[in-house]
Amino acid sequence: MGYPHPSHPKETVVLSQYFGDAGARSYEGWTRRGGYEGLRKALGMAPDAIVEEVKASGLRGRGGAGFPTGLKWSFMPKGDGKPHYLVCNADESEPGTFKDREIMRWTPHALIEGCAIGAFAIGAEVCYIYIRGEFTEPWNVMTAAVAEAYANGALGTNVFGSGKRIEVILHRGAGAYICGEETALMNSIEGRRGNPRIKPPFPAVAGLFALPTTINNVETLAAVPQIMVRGSAWYKGLCLGNPKSTGTKLISVCGHVQRPGNYEITMGTPMKELIYDMCGGMLPGRTLKAVIPGGSSVPIMTAEEAESCVTDYEGVVAAGSMLGSGGMIVMDDTTDMVYQIWRLAKFYAHESCAQCTQCREGTSWTTRILGRILEGQGTQEDLDLLLDLSHNMTGTTICVLSDSCATPIVSGIRKFRGEFEAYLSGARAPVLAGV
Amino acid sequence: MTDRVEQGTAREPAAAWEPVFQGETLARLKALFEKYPTKRACLLPALWMVQEARGWIPEQAIGEVAEVLELTPAYVKGVVTFYTMYHTHPVGRHFIQVCTTSPCGLCGAEDTLRAILRETGCGELGTTSPDGRFTVVEVECLGACGFPTPILVDDADFIESVTPANAAGILARYP
Repeated sequence: MGYPHPSHPKETVVLSQYFGDAGARSYEGWTRRGGYEGLRKALGMAPDAIVEEVKASGLRGRGGAGFPTGLKWSFMPKGDGKPHYLVCNADESEPGTFKDREIMRWTPHALIEGCAIGAFAIGAEVCYIYIRGEFTEPWNVMTAAVAEAYANGALGTNVFGSGKRIEVILHRGAGAYICGEETALMNSIEGRRGNPRIKPPFPAVAGLFALPTTINNVETLAAVPQIMVRGSAWYKGLCLGNPKSTGTKLISVCGHVQRPGNYEITMGTPMKELIYDMCGGMLPGRTLKAVIPGGSSVPIMTAEEAESCVTDYEGVVAAGSMLGSGGMIVMDDTTDMVYQIWRLAKFYAHESCAQCTQCREGTSWTTRILGRILEGQGTQEDLDLLLDLSHNMTGTTICVLSDSCATPIVSGIRKFRGEFEAYLSGARAPVLAGV
Repeated sequence: MTDRVEQGTAREPAAAWEPVFQGETLARLKALFEKYPTKRACLLPALWMVQEARGWIPEQAIGEVAEVLELTPAYVKGVVTFYTMYHTHPVGRHFIQVCTTSPCGLCGAEDTLRAILRETGCGELGTTSPDGRFTVVEVECLGACGFPTPILVDDADFIESVTPANAAGILARYP
């Protein structure tokens, strides 16, 4: 299927097979499409065997960090007698990313099934799914699906007659980008301000309610039932050369392409094919200028870097950026890079939780300096000042929001310095009015 | 993730405060206690219940929530003010959040926002239209970047692909 466009022949359709197919939303419709076979199979396995199977598949976290999922699960203590928690991060709020939304809207049971398998594997009886407050339709679809899953024995005190208890509880956020950070998310579920926590302790030791917790992204968990049914060897085989990046990845493409939307690719697909074949390339008469490949927090790539980039975790790093969440922002030759970098900095300044000085001050100072450059009031020293501030904002705070603000600034000045210089020299007319 | 609307001078009428947490609403909240190991964890859901019932989070409700969850009003207020979707003052009959973050910005979100401000009669961000019908704010990334420009109306209706051309027709659905 595919949504909003039919799947492209170059896509590898696994998670997105039923996007756009409203019939897949119901329990009955989902089981008719092979749903819940993965959970039934998992319930017949030892939890350790599930973890090993996921490890063998090579599945890595799809929320941004790319940490191996099976390894993360294996960090959970065994035989400690304490309650464990699984938390699903459905706070999708990284600018450029809109894939988890489609998973929840079209295939809610894929996520519920993945949560149930994950919870069983890590010895948790309760899984909280934290859905951002703005996602009203995914919330409604998930609410209906969870109720149906309970009614059909896929959740509850005796899942499919196995004697195992697995509860899935939906928790609605209330507007805060930072709650997508895993420790801020746990604070938010606990009824606190969404301030990130210092690590260690890591969540597997002391997470939600100070108990052992694993946090996984929606797309990661939705892939797990497929691995259970089709096997780790099949999943590992979805790879175009680099065995460290396996499976499929949903790439949300937005910005200046002909057909924005979600595209599911085999890891290792050339970015050029994604942009020009699947998304139809640029609008008529326009050319590619820059790509932010993994959500707004990763370094900006030039057109040349993007066109020679292999889309997998290592490939994007080799091309000077990161795959992140797979939220790809495409910019054509009409784009004012200075303005776009200012707008990104403004986003981070708005979303800083303000715990750490470098972030609270740095995000707003950099935004103001970029603003004055756009007002035609910038000086040559401002570029050095921006780089100096960015340096102080990197690696010095509790979470990486501060680093994420510095990243587009540093990569932007390095790769598009001429555009900054044009404002500084007066060659380019100011676009922001002075304040 | 909206910008907070400027604090007005609006106060609750002097009439006696009608508690939010009684009857069915209280029962719904108490049912949530089963789902979490602490009452504190029910704070965000409780605040959503207040906003659904009253359209915003009045001072009296902060006190009520604090009491029912065994927290202090100061603590509850600290949490309310962290999250941008909770309104700390009354808003128009229809509350409209317009995404203008970079991906939407690249695709004309600022023009859409201007059209919405004009059509609603709000004029500027964060203010309520003179007829009390609309309040319009900017929101940071609604997570639907492939469908610019998305807007969220009344914390309920998520509408994709709003443009200056179709904005008036969409707003007409909200009397």
